[in-house]
Amino acid sequence: MTAPAATADHAAHSSHDDHHGNYLTATSGLKSWLLTVDHKRIGLMYLVAVLLAFLAGGVFALLIRTELLFPGETMMQAHTYNQVFTLHGIIMVFLFIIPSIPAALGNFFLPIMLGAKDVAFPKLNLASFYIYLLGAILALAGIVVGSVDTGWTFYTPYSSSPARSASVLWLAMSVFIMGFSSILTGVNFIATVHKMRAPGLTWNRLPLFVWGMYATAVIQVLATPVLAITVLLLFMEKLVGLGIFDPRMGGDPVLFQHFFWFYSHPAVYIMILPGMAVVNEIIATFSRRKIFGYMFVAMSSVALALLGFLVWGHHMFTSGMSEFGTTVFSALTFLVAIPSGVKLFNWVATLYRGQISLASPMLYALAFIALFSIGGLTGLFLGTLSVDIHLHDTYFVVAHFHYVMVGGTVIGFLGGLHYWWPKMTGKLYSESLARVSFVLVFVGFNLAFMPQFVLGSRGMPRRYYDYLEQFHGLHAASTVGAYILGVGFVIMAYMFVQSLTKGKKSPANPWASAGFEWMTATPPSLHNFDEDPIIDRGPYDYDKTPELGNVPKY
Amino acid sequence: MSATSDSSPIPQHNSSQHDRHQHDKHQHQGSSRNPLAHHFHSMAQQLDAAKIGMWFFLAQEILFFSGLFVAYGIYRSWYPEAFSAGSHLLDRTMGAANTVVLLFSSLTVALSIRSIQLGKRSQATTYLVITILCACFFMVVKYMEYSHKFHVGYLPGIHFSPTEFPEGIEAVPYATRSFFGIYFMMTGVHGLHVLVGIGLMVWLIIKNNRGDFTPEYYTPVEMVGLYWHLVDLIWIYLFPLLYLID
Repeated sequence: MTAPAATADHAAHSSHDDHHGNYLTATSGLKSWLLTVDHKRIGLMYLVAVLLAFLAGGVFALLIRTELLFPGETMMQAHTYNQVFTLHGIIMVFLFIIPSIPAALGNFFLPIMLGAKDVAFPKLNLASFYIYLLGAILALAGIVVGSVDTGWTFYTPYSSSPARSASVLWLAMSVFIMGFSSILTGVNFIATVHKMRAPGLTWNRLPLFVWGMYATAVIQVLATPVLAITVLLLFMEKLVGLGIFDPRMGGDPVLFQHFFWFYSHPAVYIMILPGMAVVNEIIATFSRRKIFGYMFVAMSSVALALLGFLVWGHHMFTSGMSEFGTTVFSALTFLVAIPSGVKLFNWVATLYRGQISLASPMLYALAFIALFSIGGLTGLFLGTLSVDIHLHDTYFVVAHFHYVMVGGTVIGFLGGLHYWWPKMTGKLYSESLARVSFVLVFVGFNLAFMPQFVLGSRGMPRRYYDYLEQFHGLHAASTVGAYILGVGFVIMAYMFVQSLTKGKKSPANPWASAGFEWMTATPPSLHNFDEDPIIDRGPYDYDKTPELGNVPKY
Repeated sequence: MSATSDSSPIPQHNSSQHDRHQHDKHQHQGSSRNPLAHHFHSMAQQLDAAKIGMWFFLAQEILFFSGLFVAYGIYRSWYPEAFSAGSHLLDRTMGAANTVVLLFSSLTVALSIRSIQLGKRSQATTYLVITILCACFFMVVKYMEYSHKFHVGYLPGIHFSPTEFPEGIEAVPYATRSFFGIYFMMTGVHGLHVLVGIGLMVWLIIKNNRGDFTPEYYTPVEMVGLYWHLVDLIWIYLFPLLYLID
């Protein structure tokens, strides 16, 4: 990227320090944050919100694992347990993972990577944030008003039965509203990528993070409305007895499952594509190489987005579907492995002969490759009809899902948070604490979920409150892993707080990255660029940017 | 389906430096408020962004309704006789009147865009008022239909308790409650969209009377117009599916 600001150095000096200060200091006061239309501040507000949701969901996760430490009642009753795993699921999926990378990191970096001053619709962006908050408040209200024990999937007729408490209504409405936040963010990002690119930023020069966000946005816009109508129908079913999903009135509960998974399978790609998108940026920076097969990696994101719409039936192999239907869905499910494999192999090929630096963001990227491989391959087990009949609704599914969502998305999110933390805050963090927390997270995660593959394949059903004595050892190991994971997160939180209060000032480009987002001041000025940038190279052209040197050590 | 701005005098977008300097010129034009937001380089870029955003928003609207259309298709194939009975219980005259009114309102909203393109501000307001009146007429008819159905017990699911039958029919199939579940959801969600449209057009009238729109800048009118055409289009499908097919 050369503007009149030709190098990173120059960009650093030409920051707005002289007249405006950066985006954090340009204006002050609570109102300047709550009413801001600046994508960077909105991104930070989202970041705080999703981290709070992550904390809440994490506490529920620890409660689940503690209860499962011993067979029988350990610390709560069965009914409470059902509520706890439901809240863990709803909070983690709808309040944390879905908005995590796109709304927080995407909001912050997408416009900067495009050389734009902001997203296409800044006010809509702020509106998305408040719609998300409204949804979160309704979810909280639902928890206060009563108990939901339906699982995050809200399957009918269990969820719509009069026996369930009215808080099903609150949570359904909460999901409905948060869905619109997601849709509006998607619309905003699509328009931004199409219309806000700087001169010279052609489609084949787009950073792969942008490609990933773009593919995610397409799914958000086209899949989420189906969830919206589904939960609206569920809401009416529960409120007035509509009769669409309730078999007592001629409705079809399996139709609910079809509708739900028509959204919720693509939603899995809403969750994983952003993780992959972050990993691209980290791998290129820390191996000083252009991503191998750039266009294939970019198109594999789009392919995943499209294929994601065709495979929802694999969640319902045991729900009553024709043999022909299950066969088609199984075959389509295997196709998903192709673009996923393209990404994994191309990342490994990028590492080959790269100048690899094992800084903390890179550790997360490498962990992503390892853990997502396990998560993805076990997904193929579940896509196989005969195997799925055995593994359906067991801990194998739970382990697979968590390897993709935590081993994939959360690890990618944390990698991105470490990688871009200096850019967002202008502060460096303690690399040694980052390494300690990484090791704890990695070890704790694997200890928590690897035993669950074994549990599941031996027949331990998911969502059960109690279990046979023979499963005790593996359950206990899983619980210990969860605690280690929790300690890792506490250390990480301490590390980031320490960085904010005592951290050293970050240089403009701490990782000496060729990525476009590092070509502005750190932290960025209010309108991102002092002069409109003109792009004359790709984001990973290390051969054209020898002046950057290698990744500095911290 | 919409009055697009093919004939508008907006310069074609190009990303040269020249285009960027037009930014300043626009700030000194007659309108009291600068219509070009700070993060765009040109009016053309701003309009393009709004258009692509709106089209994707309309795409999600279609997906939103698609769930209901799928449910309609499935239950119709399960309970054909109930759906036939259900469609006879609806008032075709009222449905047809609403169809005509809504189609006409699509014309008037398109004419309001045309008026602004030609610089006829008060004429545009008139067309928007006519559009709103059409929408209100639609809602009043819908209210009359709903209250009649409520009155005679043609309600969805557990509330289905018919007390009045059309001539020549002594009973309707029990599964007709599924038909009314679908009917009330489809027309209800569509009616909500009509109400939102009325709100948007009131907003447009306020903005227009304040002088925000010029032949160079009328993006909100065009976007609301697109939305209104979609609301119209969905009704064009709802009317035959619910009222006409036997």
